[in-house]
Amino acid sequence: MTIKQMANPRDAYGETLVSLGERYQNIVVLDADLSKSTKTILFAKKFPDRFFEMGIAEANMISTAAGLASCGKTAFASTFAVFATGRVYDQIRMDVAYSNTNVKIFATHGGISVGKDGASHQMIEDIALMRVLPNMTVLAPSDASETRRLVELMATTPGPMYARIGRANAPVLYTSDEVEDIAIGKGIITREGSDVSIIACGTMVDQAIDAAARLSKRGVSARVVDMHTIKPLDERLVLKCVKDTKAMVTVEEHSIIGGLGGAVSEVLAEHQSKTRFQRIGVQDMFCESGEPDELFEKYKLSAKHIAKTITTLLK
Amino acid sequence: MKHHDEAFIRQLDLMAVKIRKHIIEMLYRAKSGHPGGSLSAVEAIVTLYFHHMRHNPQDPNDPNRDRFILSKGHAAPTLYAALAESGYFDVEELLHLRQINSMLQGHPVCTHIPGVEASTGSLGHGLSFANGVALAGKLDKKDYRVYVMVGDGETDEGQIWEAAAAASHYKLDNLTAFLDRNFLQIDGNTEDVLRLESIQERWRAFGWHVLEIDGHDIEAIIDALLMDSEQKNQPKMIILNTVKGKGVSFMENNIDFHGVPPNEMEYKLAMKELTLVERALEASL
Repeated sequence: MTIKQMANPRDAYGETLVSLGERYQNIVVLDADLSKSTKTILFAKKFPDRFFEMGIAEANMISTAAGLASCGKTAFASTFAVFATGRVYDQIRMDVAYSNTNVKIFATHGGISVGKDGASHQMIEDIALMRVLPNMTVLAPSDASETRRLVELMATTPGPMYARIGRANAPVLYTSDEVEDIAIGKGIITREGSDVSIIACGTMVDQAIDAAARLSKRGVSARVVDMHTIKPLDERLVLKCVKDTKAMVTVEEHSIIGGLGGAVSEVLAEHQSKTRFQRIGVQDMFCESGEPDELFEKYKLSAKHIAKTITTLLK
Repeated sequence: MKHHDEAFIRQLDLMAVKIRKHIIEMLYRAKSGHPGGSLSAVEAIVTLYFHHMRHNPQDPNDPNRDRFILSKGHAAPTLYAALAESGYFDVEELLHLRQINSMLQGHPVCTHIPGVEASTGSLGHGLSFANGVALAGKLDKKDYRVYVMVGDGETDEGQIWEAAAAASHYKLDNLTAFLDRNFLQIDGNTEDVLRLESIQERWRAFGWHVLEIDGHDIEAIIDALLMDSEQKNQPKMIILNTVKGKGVSFMENNIDFHGVPPNEMEYKLAMKELTLVERALEASL
C-alpha cells in the first residue's frame, strides 16, 4: 500500500484566501472567534483592513457579510459548520439566499470527524439545510487541492454559496494539473468501474476509493465519483452511472436524510430508475465523542463498512 | 435648536400626510398589512428621503448614495410610498401592494424593487446589514451615510444587540439608527411583553450616542440628524417617541391595527381625517 500524502483542507482554504486577497481588492473575510481554526487568520494577518472579527455572534456575522456584499464585496464568512448553518439559518435565508448576495459561507469542522467534541459539534444536517435554499450553491471539497480550486471558483462565481470541509488532515487526491479541470456542478470520476458506482463527497471520497480497492480484491469493479457539488447536482453524471453500472451508493459524512443521498435519490426516483441503490451516511441519529476513525467504524462510514454494504447490495 | 424655514418644514409635514394617505390606500386595497407601525415611522422616513439623504432615484445603485435600511420590514408601505414619491417607480405601482404578479411584496425585497437596500421582514437583521454597508463605506473611503430604522419590539431580538456591540466596536460613525419607540408590539405594551426600559441606558451602555426626540416632529428629526456625536467615532441612535397608528384617530395607540388593514368604513374615515389635515397644511403654505 502506498503511503498517502496528507494535507489539511483548512490550510488550503486560508492560503487560497490570501492569494485571492492579493488578486482581488473586493474580497473581505469575516470570522466568529474561530479564525485560528478556520485558518482565516492567514488572511487577517495579511489584510487586516479587509478582515472583520465578529466575535461569538454568528447571526450578526452573516447579515453583516450580506451588507458588505451589497456594496460590491465578495464576502467570505467562516466558522464551524454547526454554527455556520443551523444557528444562522434565518440570516442565511433572508440576507444571503433571498437577497441573492455575494456571500460565501465557508464552514470547517463539518461532519462527525470533528471527533471528540461530540454531537453538539458534529454537523450532519448542514448540506440538507443549505440545499433547500433557493439560489444557494452547495459544495463539499474532498481534499486540499480541490478545496483550493473550489475556493477560487467561489470567489469568481457570483451568488450565494456554502462550502464545508472537515477538521482533519485529508489525503491529497488530485495533482495540480487535475484540479484545473474541476468546475462547480461537475462531478469527477476519480476511479473507473463497471459493477457499482460509489458517489461520495467531502471526506468520504477517500474512504470510497479505499472501499473500491477492497472490492476489487473480491472481483467487484467499483466506480468512484467525487460529487463535490451537491447543488446544482450533476444529474447527467448520476444518470450515466445508472446506465454504466448495476448498482449505486452515496456516501457522505452527513445524515442520510436531505444531503447528497437525498439529492441523488430525487434524481433516481424522478427518472424511474430501477438501479439498486443505498444511501450510506449517518443514520437518523446523533453520534458521540471519539476519534474520527473510531466514529467512522462505529457509524459504518469506514471503507470496510462501505465495501460491506456494497457487497450486500450486489447480492 | 437651529432655526428652519417654516414653510419648508410644512412642506415636509404635507409630504408626511401624503405618505399616510398612500399607506391607508395601499393597505385597504391589499386587504392586509401593517398600518400601526407604518404610520408611526412616517416622519423619520420623510425627513430622510425628502430632505436629509443624498440619493438619486434615477440612479438607485449610485455607489456614493446614502443608504436607508428598513429593519422593521413590516413598515414596507411607508418605504414604498416614500420611494414612489421620490421617483424610484410609478406612484400607481403602490396600488398593487401584496398582489399577485406585483413588484411590491408584503415586505421589502432588494432584488427587484428599485431603491430597496435590504430584504427584511424577519426582525433583527437590518442593523447587522447596515453595519456591513457602513464597514464597506469605511473600507472604500466613501463618505456616504447609512441610516437604519428598527422597531422597539424588534429590539427583543438578540441579534440587534450583537449588531449594537459590533457597531460601536467598529466605531461606525457613518451609521445612524432610528428606534421607532411606539411602545406597542403584537402581544401588547413593550414593557409588559419584554421590558425594554431603560432603552436609552441600554444603547448608551453599548457605546452609542443616544438622542431621544418626538418622532413626529420633523424639525426635531432634522436637528437630531445634524447633531454631532458626543464622542468621535460613535454610531448614533435617535430614539423616536412615536404613536403607533399616528395620524388616524382610531388607529392611534390601538394594537388592533398592528397587522389588520382598515375595512371600508375605516378606510373612508381615515382618508377623511387625513384629507382635512392635508387641506389645512396646504392652506397654511
